[in-house]
Amino acid sequence: MHVTVDRGRCDIHAQCVFEAPAVFQLDDDDELVYDERPEAVHRPAVERAATSCPVAAIRISER
Amino acid sequence: MRRVVIVGAGPAAMSAVAELRRQDYQGSILVIGAEPHMPYRRPPLSKHPLPTSHAQLALDQAGRAEATWLLGRSAHHLDRQNRVLLLDGGDEIPYDGLIIATGVRARRLPGRLHQGRPEVMTLRGFGDLARLHGRLQRVTRVVILGAGFLGSELAATIRRLGCSVDLVERDRLPLLGPLGPVLAQRIADEHRRHDVRLHLGRTVDRLHGTDRLDAVRLDDGTTLPADLLITALGSIPETGWLAGSGLVLDDGVRVDNTGRAAPGIVAAGDVARWPHPWPAGESVRAEHHDEAVAQGAHVARTLLGDPAPYAHTLAFSTHIHDMRLHSVGFTGKNYRLHVVKEGPGGRMLAEYRHAGRLVGAITHGYIRDLTTTYRDLPARSCHEPSATSPVHAGQRAAQGAGGRGCVEHA
Repeated sequence: MHVTVDRGRCDIHAQCVFEAPAVFQLDDDDELVYDERPEAVHRPAVERAATSCPVAAIRISER
Repeated sequence: MRRVVIVGAGPAAMSAVAELRRQDYQGSILVIGAEPHMPYRRPPLSKHPLPTSHAQLALDQAGRAEATWLLGRSAHHLDRQNRVLLLDGGDEIPYDGLIIATGVRARRLPGRLHQGRPEVMTLRGFGDLARLHGRLQRVTRVVILGAGFLGSELAATIRRLGCSVDLVERDRLPLLGPLGPVLAQRIADEHRRHDVRLHLGRTVDRLHGTDRLDAVRLDDGTTLPADLLITALGSIPETGWLAGSGLVLDDGVRVDNTGRAAPGIVAAGDVARWPHPWPAGESVRAEHHDEAVAQGAHVARTLLGDPAPYAHTLAFSTHIHDMRLHSVGFTGKNYRLHVVKEGPGGRMLAEYRHAGRLVGAITHGYIRDLTTTYRDLPARSCHEPSATSPVHAGQRAAQGAGGRGCVEHA
């Protein structure tokens, strides 16, 4: 599973941090940092995060 | 169960479709949506920059293949006895399992005021946004009635496009109810700093202009020149089609703590009213995108025979001018606000308390603190089965779900 966040779209609504805190976090400046290649066990949470994102910034692919 | 019907085609429906298939449900899924669009995200509709295409807002298109989508059609009546749904136009749709996800509609100005004028509009769906884009090409003076989240976000967005904006609010501050006086005052200051003219404690009592709108008169006699009036007066759950169905309708569809409204019927998203014994009320109906997503998935599992108490933390964000507010849990004037920390540029983190107990938190600029310190607040796992719930089938599950326990924050 490969996760990408479109930085042009991301507006730090932070819903992904609530839904999948093991994959998405905020740094000291409240900027988003994330694991591009999370373990498969996180897939349901990552999918929830992608759907919850109000600006559709999260993409999941299988590469 | 071989035939699931979902009424409403928004985020809750899309999420329910995905979860039904994830749980290996093999039967048919029919989704009936009043709007002609596939499910999309509403939060960007009022924020800068205004979206210009449905594709920018669309939810995962994978769901398209997982269900049959009947769009531009509405449910008209629910016959629970025969497990049949009647559509506008008379079609009868049988179901084994029903998911109610019809959402809300915008509350409009009384007809005697707007008189069908095309320069009076609201913003609820993608169709409204297309109309707004058309109008904004031609106007310079905009009046917005209602300074809640929608009205305040729109005021900021439209001001940024260069139009003059008058924002009219019945309450004494914008967003006083949902944020409380301290933050509401900051929102008011923020509007004024960006030259949005506030008219507080006022409402609209007359529209002027013969061929087209040219002014809006307020109830104190003030006349505001205007080419466009946008109403942002809150919303009303879409439950008219459920009249006479026997379901409990009470500003939304009442569900138990698993999402069930009746045997074989669940509800999710903006239209669903869930039991919630604290902090202050006995039930909650939330109009949040991520709640619709979480609830849609949850009630799909309930419908498939795996009812569990719903335990999702409310989370919300809004952008108004340069203020970016994020909150979790319960906020508003009914709770006591306690500022935890403040920093340069108006950054702040604050907690809301009720009877000494932490019920929510809000921030401008300390989002990480919010996502780490408060992410389980207030845990809905504290759910008690509601005495007013129409069905009690979920009670055993609720009582047995002690694992997560009650998160108490004294």
